[in-house]
Amino acid sequence: MQYSSQSVAKPYFIAAIGLFLGQVLFGLIMGLQYVIGDFLFPAIPFNVARMVHTNLLIVWLLFGFMGAAYYMIPEETETELYSPKLAIAMFWVFLVAGAATILGYLLVPYATLAHLTGNDILETMGREFLEQPLITKVGIVVVALVFLFNLTMTMLKGRKTSISLVLMMGLWGLAVFFLFSFYNPSNLVLDKYFWWWVVHLWVEGVWELILGSLLAFVLIKVTGVDREVIEKWLYVIITLTLVTGIIGTGHHYFWIGTPEYWQWWGSVFSALEPIPFFAMTVFAFNMVNRRRREHPNKAATLWALGTGVMSFLGAGVWGFLHTLAPVNYYTHGTQITAAHGHMAFYGAYAMVVLTIISYAMPILRGRAANSERSQVLEMWAFWLMTVAMVFITLFLTAAGILQVWLQRYSSTPIPFMAAQDQISIFYWLREGTGVMFLIGLLLYIVSFFVGGNEKAKAA
Amino acid sequence: MSGTFTKSMARNIFYGGTVFFALLFLALTFDSMQTIPKRDNHANLTPAVVAGKKVWETNNCIGCHTLMGEGAYFAPELGNVYKRRGPEFIKAWIQSQPTGAPGRRQMPNFHLTEQQLNDLVEFLKYSSEINTANWPPNIEG
Repeated sequence: MQYSSQSVAKPYFIAAIGLFLGQVLFGLIMGLQYVIGDFLFPAIPFNVARMVHTNLLIVWLLFGFMGAAYYMIPEETETELYSPKLAIAMFWVFLVAGAATILGYLLVPYATLAHLTGNDILETMGREFLEQPLITKVGIVVVALVFLFNLTMTMLKGRKTSISLVLMMGLWGLAVFFLFSFYNPSNLVLDKYFWWWVVHLWVEGVWELILGSLLAFVLIKVTGVDREVIEKWLYVIITLTLVTGIIGTGHHYFWIGTPEYWQWWGSVFSALEPIPFFAMTVFAFNMVNRRRREHPNKAATLWALGTGVMSFLGAGVWGFLHTLAPVNYYTHGTQITAAHGHMAFYGAYAMVVLTIISYAMPILRGRAANSERSQVLEMWAFWLMTVAMVFITLFLTAAGILQVWLQRYSSTPIPFMAAQDQISIFYWLREGTGVMFLIGLLLYIVSFFVGGNEKAKAA
Repeated sequence: MSGTFTKSMARNIFYGGTVFFALLFLALTFDSMQTIPKRDNHANLTPAVVAGKKVWETNNCIGCHTLMGEGAYFAPELGNVYKRRGPEFIKAWIQSQPTGAPGRRQMPNFHLTEQQLNDLVEFLKYSSEINTANWPPNIEG
């Protein structure tokens, strides 16, 4: 660790992994409810489990992004963090607010929670992924602003690299677009239109800037390739991302009461969205092939390469699969969407956070890389989780294709629940691979406790 | 990627491209805002519909169902449920939950008042009359 203030990243990374475990456990509960409908009912109804599952995902990724930024910005700017105390204080605020929100979901009926937390003052709750109570949303904005203030002040006094600039643009964009979560017009079409300005412009927009800069940072460190080369790639990738992704928002504007020209704009531009992900894969492999050093942290390199491949498959290929309007007409809101969502979030965002954790955590713990045994275990965890996610995606895709056929495409369409009964085998298989994913995650956590501080060579 | 193509060129293309496509997106959004009123059924956006949307939101219906294909995929699409089932069935169905049938997916009972049920039905009626370019493909949603 070059700057002592980088150490504030550590609690952020630990919290991220803990919440990730929670997310996966609730995922398994929901997976079982797909086939044993009354499992844990009425203690944890499906809608509550789903809210916990998706909100934990968002929160652990945010913890990961914030930890990554606190780790990277001092090193990139070559100066200590503006205020490490503020960073630690915000960690606790965010953790307590997050935990209280999840407990609120689990312990209080949602309508009561809405009433208690000021939803009547400004109605923002009850929309997918933005279910958080008003006070939590305000808390997120406060934490984000303090976080951005802290990092921006750090950057102003230090070296300004392209990687840190791109990271800060992504993080500021994240905060700015979140403000649309406070806009909830009664007109359902407008509600949906601007809801996507949070959801799409996050995951297919500004979050990809964060993704790109995290990946570029780790690749510089583990390959030793010249910064100029890597930063040039970074700019090319994020150009492709935003050129395709901004208008690509249109692939959500096909069937929600918006003008039909969006079927053209959305189809054409989102069909190009795989290109930046493909470029990212080529980038990662290229840089590792041209490496000028053998970094002792092989696990981090594996995660970096995996991020490239899996984000291309999940976000790129599985996104393209159902993004053309004539296809989406049949697949919209089916298990195909769920399949894409799982692999894209894992491949792009979960994996890039695990990449930076894999690289930074050993250094935060005072060594260049973990012991051989620990790394082997971590790589086992990588393969178990990644292969499990591939199969989760394949089974959900199979379920989705059958669902489309039974419920929407055949000459005698059957009702939703009748179709669900027909495809339950795939939900069972998905649950099985979900257990495999959990085993992978548990191994991953164990790898942190597998000892040895040998190999403490140069970072 | 080598030779004459420099990092600062890549950076300039990034800023130029982003600004151009962001402005194009804003222009398309501006045009959409002019066009949406022809399709969004806002003439029927009554106080009951507004109240119904709040019932929809504060009971987290989107946590299981889709509405115009967006939401969770655990339970049926409700954007067209008014046309599929009609108002009386919807109210009776909500009131009779949970079914308690062993092994079947369960919907909680949300203890809605008669007023809330009526508002929710009005919201679902309004939703079903939005012009969604003929989506979903058939009445099953």
